[in-house]
Amino acid sequence: MSGQHRHDHERREGHDHAHEHADEHGGHSTEDPAHPHNAPLSDVQLRVKALESLLTEKGLVDPAALDELIDTYETKVGPRNGARVVAKAWADPEFKRRLLADSTATLAELGYIGRQGEDILVIENTPKVHNLVVCTLCSCYPWPVLGLPPVWYKSAPYRSRAVLDPRGVLREVGVELPDDVEVRVWDSTAELRYMVLPERPPSTEGLTEEQLAGLVTRDAMIGVARVKAPGPSR
Amino acid sequence: MNGVHDLGGMHGFGLVIIEPDEPVFHAEWERRIFALRLAMSGWGRWNLDMARHAREQMPPAEYLTASYYERWLWGLERQLEHHGFLVRADLDRRVREGVDHEPPDAVDPLPGALRRDDVPRLLRNRRAARLDDPVPPQFKAGDVVVTRNMNPVGHTRIPRYVRGRRGVIDRDHGVFIFPDTHAAGLGRKPQHVYSVRFAARELWGPDGHPQDTVYVDLWDDYLDPA
Repeated sequence: MSGQHRHDHERREGHDHAHEHADEHGGHSTEDPAHPHNAPLSDVQLRVKALESLLTEKGLVDPAALDELIDTYETKVGPRNGARVVAKAWADPEFKRRLLADSTATLAELGYIGRQGEDILVIENTPKVHNLVVCTLCSCYPWPVLGLPPVWYKSAPYRSRAVLDPRGVLREVGVELPDDVEVRVWDSTAELRYMVLPERPPSTEGLTEEQLAGLVTRDAMIGVARVKAPGPSR
Repeated sequence: MNGVHDLGGMHGFGLVIIEPDEPVFHAEWERRIFALRLAMSGWGRWNLDMARHAREQMPPAEYLTASYYERWLWGLERQLEHHGFLVRADLDRRVREGVDHEPPDAVDPLPGALRRDDVPRLLRNRRAARLDDPVPPQFKAGDVVVTRNMNPVGHTRIPRYVRGRRGVIDRDHGVFIFPDTHAAGLGRKPQHVYSVRFAARELWGPDGHPQDTVYVDLWDDYLDPA
């Protein structure tokens, strides 16, 4: 994208994008990104610190439990879970059949169940159907298989346009679809969560399940990317 | 409520930009507010629908300029005050006076506070959005429905862009809590949720692609037979 577009986006979106690590200080664009660690605490940093200290003093939260919650979503639960599921489905037709027929129960067998993923539906991309997942009203996302949602997924540009102009959104992120492919957009308005089973790329017959999982990206499981075949030039 | 959070179908917000190798959190305060909200939800004083509704009450101009976790902070502060956990004036004072960088003297968490060992269970436990109540479905797969034209001031999960539109029941997801009443503390009102399929042309007229469809999960109380 051009610098001009990037600038427009940031101006219109305020700091919802949080692309830059200057966001360390609350994301205000006036902050000097060259000094993210020495600047005084921003309003939001101070406020969250103050809130944690108050709640801790009242005995309402245990900081060790907070650390554990953070660690869980930074190191344990993330899109590697979903990638393992996709690779297994590609490698094992019987698993794939069960996964599509009863996603929640099949994912639960692998331990991928829980908060923001009590009921999950896995939807399959085919040469004729491309699926795209969004939450227009907030940020619903299948945590047990994909972890916490990325900023773009929660942002106004994606939430507003994924339902109205999915092909335009896909083109922007590099996925061009022929006219005869049906685009199915899934708006997560209830407590069902959606994960896309992407198409297996060609020339991957010889790969192990683990190698296959290494090809699968978070974005492919949301529906904004294809899984690329391995290769030095790809 | 017809709030600014109901973004589906709007123009003008710019390009979708995917950050390469995005970290899970972009700042320490994001980590802390994420965890604080989850930990405080463990007290069970409010439900998920109330939490969503709290964030939707953020004034529209603020909502659009706030980052995602700033909205969480905004909503959490108000819920904490509403449920008597915190007086926001105390928080304001603490912010003005500054926070000691040393952690407070060890305070034993109250019985009922989320502890480290409780975390896996909290995250694994399936919450009760899905219900076992024997409520008969009003529709079955293949039925043609029309979504209600409704504009409640309270919380609702029917986006504006599908109201008054014709769709087809794709599948019945089973019985779930009804968010409109649940967010208002008026009970669960168990009813079926369906995946309803809409042709893009039905939603967007000639600006929709003739091949495309949008699937939206909708409750019995949002639907009428066509």
